[in-house]
Amino acid sequence: MVAFAFAFLAPVLYSLYLSLFRNQLMGGNQFVGLENYSAAFTDPKFWDGAGRVLLFLVVQVPIMLAVALAAALVIDSGRLFGKRFTRIALFVPYAVPGVVAVLMWGFLYGDRIGLVGWINEAAGSQLLAPFSKEWMLVAIGNIVTWEFAGYNMLILYSALRTVPGELYEAAAIDGAGQWRVIRAVKLPALRGALVIATIFSIIGSFQLFNEPNILKVLAPTLISSSYTPNMYAYNLSFLGQQVNYAATVAIIMGVLTAAIAYVVQLRGTRKDS
Amino acid sequence: MAHSFSRPRKSVVLTLLMAGLVVYSLAPLWWLLVSSTKTQEALADSFGLWPAGPFALFDNIAEVLTYQDGVFVRWFGNTVVYVVAGAGGATLLATLGGYGLAKYRFRGRSAVFATVIGAVAVPGAALAVPTFLMFSELGLTNTMWSVILPTLVSPFGLYLMWVFATEAIPTELLEAARVDGAGEWRTFFTISLRLLAPGIVTVALFAIVATWNNYFLPLIMLSDRNLFPLAIGLASWNADATGVGATPVFHLVITGSVLTILPIVAAFLLLQRYWQSGLSAGGVKG
Repeated sequence: MVAFAFAFLAPVLYSLYLSLFRNQLMGGNQFVGLENYSAAFTDPKFWDGAGRVLLFLVVQVPIMLAVALAAALVIDSGRLFGKRFTRIALFVPYAVPGVVAVLMWGFLYGDRIGLVGWINEAAGSQLLAPFSKEWMLVAIGNIVTWEFAGYNMLILYSALRTVPGELYEAAAIDGAGQWRVIRAVKLPALRGALVIATIFSIIGSFQLFNEPNILKVLAPTLISSSYTPNMYAYNLSFLGQQVNYAATVAIIMGVLTAAIAYVVQLRGTRKDS
Repeated sequence: MAHSFSRPRKSVVLTLLMAGLVVYSLAPLWWLLVSSTKTQEALADSFGLWPAGPFALFDNIAEVLTYQDGVFVRWFGNTVVYVVAGAGGATLLATLGGYGLAKYRFRGRSAVFATVIGAVAVPGAALAVPTFLMFSELGLTNTMWSVILPTLVSPFGLYLMWVFATEAIPTELLEAARVDGAGEWRTFFTISLRLLAPGIVTVALFAIVATWNNYFLPLIMLSDRNLFPLAIGLASWNADATGVGATPVFHLVITGSVLTILPIVAAFLLLQRYWQSGLSAGGVKG
C-alpha cells in the first residue's frame, strides 16, 4: 500500500515541483512560482488542443456509448440469432492493440492500398477523404469508437445480467411491454455501470494521444505537434526540451480531467440516495 | 438465464441491425488478415477484402521474422518480458492490496480509498510524462525497468479486486478459519485465493492487454530499438515506410500486426468464461 501510494504520488508531486520552475539558459533551474501556469492559460496552442479534445468528447463519447448501450440491450433482450457470437465479435476490437488498430485504419483510410481509395474509385469521386482538415477528427473518432464500443457494451451487458429475474417476472405480471421494462427496470440497473463507462470515456478523450500521434506519420500537415494537450506535453518535453512547461500542461489537464470525472460521478450517483 | 421463463421471439430486424455492427467490428480485421496473405504488389492493386495474387502469407511471415536481423523476434521477446513482469506483478499487487483493503480494518483506510479512486480518475497516460521526468533524474530511462515499474501500479486493477473481494469472500468464512486456528497466510491461500480466482483472471487479463498494447509509456521511456515492445516496433516500421526516402514495407507492417494481435485475441477467447464472470461481479458495485 505504501509502495502504491508512493509510485502514484511521487510523479505527481515531482511534476508539481517542476511546474514551478523554469530552466534558464544560464543559472539552471529558477523558481518562477505560477508563471508557467499563467503562460499556459494564455497559450493559444494549449487552448487549441484542449478545445479539440473537448469537441471530440462531446461528439464521440455519446455516440459510442449510445451504440454500446443499444447493443447491450439488444443482446440482453434475447431476441437475437447468434447472440454469443455477436457479443464476442463486438468485443474483439478491444483486444486489438491500439497501435495496430490505428495502423490498420490508417491503411484503410489511405488512397493507395485502403478501402477508401477503392470506394472513391467505385463512386467516381472523392467521396471520402479521411485525411483532410475537416474529416481528420471524425476519422480519429471512428477509430476510437471501433476500439471501445464493444468493451463498453460488455460492461453494460454484464451489469444487465445482474438484474434479478424476479424483477422481470413482476414486470411481466404487471403487463409491462419491452420498452417499459427497459425504461423502468433495465436503465436504472445500468446507471452505475453507465457512470463508470462515461467517466472512463471522458478520461480517454482528454488523454487522446496514440491515434493522432500515429496518424501524424501519415498526415504530417494535418496533425500539428499540439493537436491534443497530451501530444503538446509530449512534444514539449521530448522535442522542445521544455520540461517544466510540459509538466505544467500535464498537471492542468490532470486537474481538468479529475474535475470533470468528479462532476459526472456526482451527477450520476445523486439520484441513487 | 435471467429471464428464460418468457423466451422472447427472435427478431430478424434486430439481428440484421446487430449484424451490421458485427461487420463494422470485424471487417477491418478481415482486411488485415486478407492483406497479410498478399505480396506488396498485390496489396496496391487488388480489392482489399478479397485474397488476390499469389498466396504470400508464409513468405511474409518469414520476412517479418528476419527483417533487420530478426528484430521482430526481439520485440516479441521484450513484450513477453514486459507482460510477465509488469502485468504479473500488477496482478499480484492488486490482488494482495484489494484483498487487504476489503477484509482488514486499519487506520487511514478511507484515505487510501480516496487516493485509489483519485488514481483511477487520473490515468496512467497523464502520469507518463512526469514519471519520465522523474525516471530520467534517477537514470532509469531507456532500461527495461522504466517500462516495468510504472506498469506495476494499476489503480483500476486494485479497485476491481477490492470490489470483487468484498463481494466474493464472506467475512464469516474468514472468521471461522481464524477460530479454527488457521494463520492469515494459510487462510489466504486455502480459502480466499480460490474464491478470488475469477477476479484475478479478469485483472490479469486486462493488465496483460494494457501492457501488451501499451504505446505511450514505452514510447517516451525507450530510445533503444532493441528494448522496444511490439507496438512501438510496428509503429516505427510504419514510420519508416511512409517518411521521406521511405522503404515501403507495408506488407511487413500488416503481417507483423497480425502476429501481434493473435496471441492476445486467443487469450481473450480461451479465458472467456473467467473474465466474463469476473466482470459481472465487478459490475455489481460499479
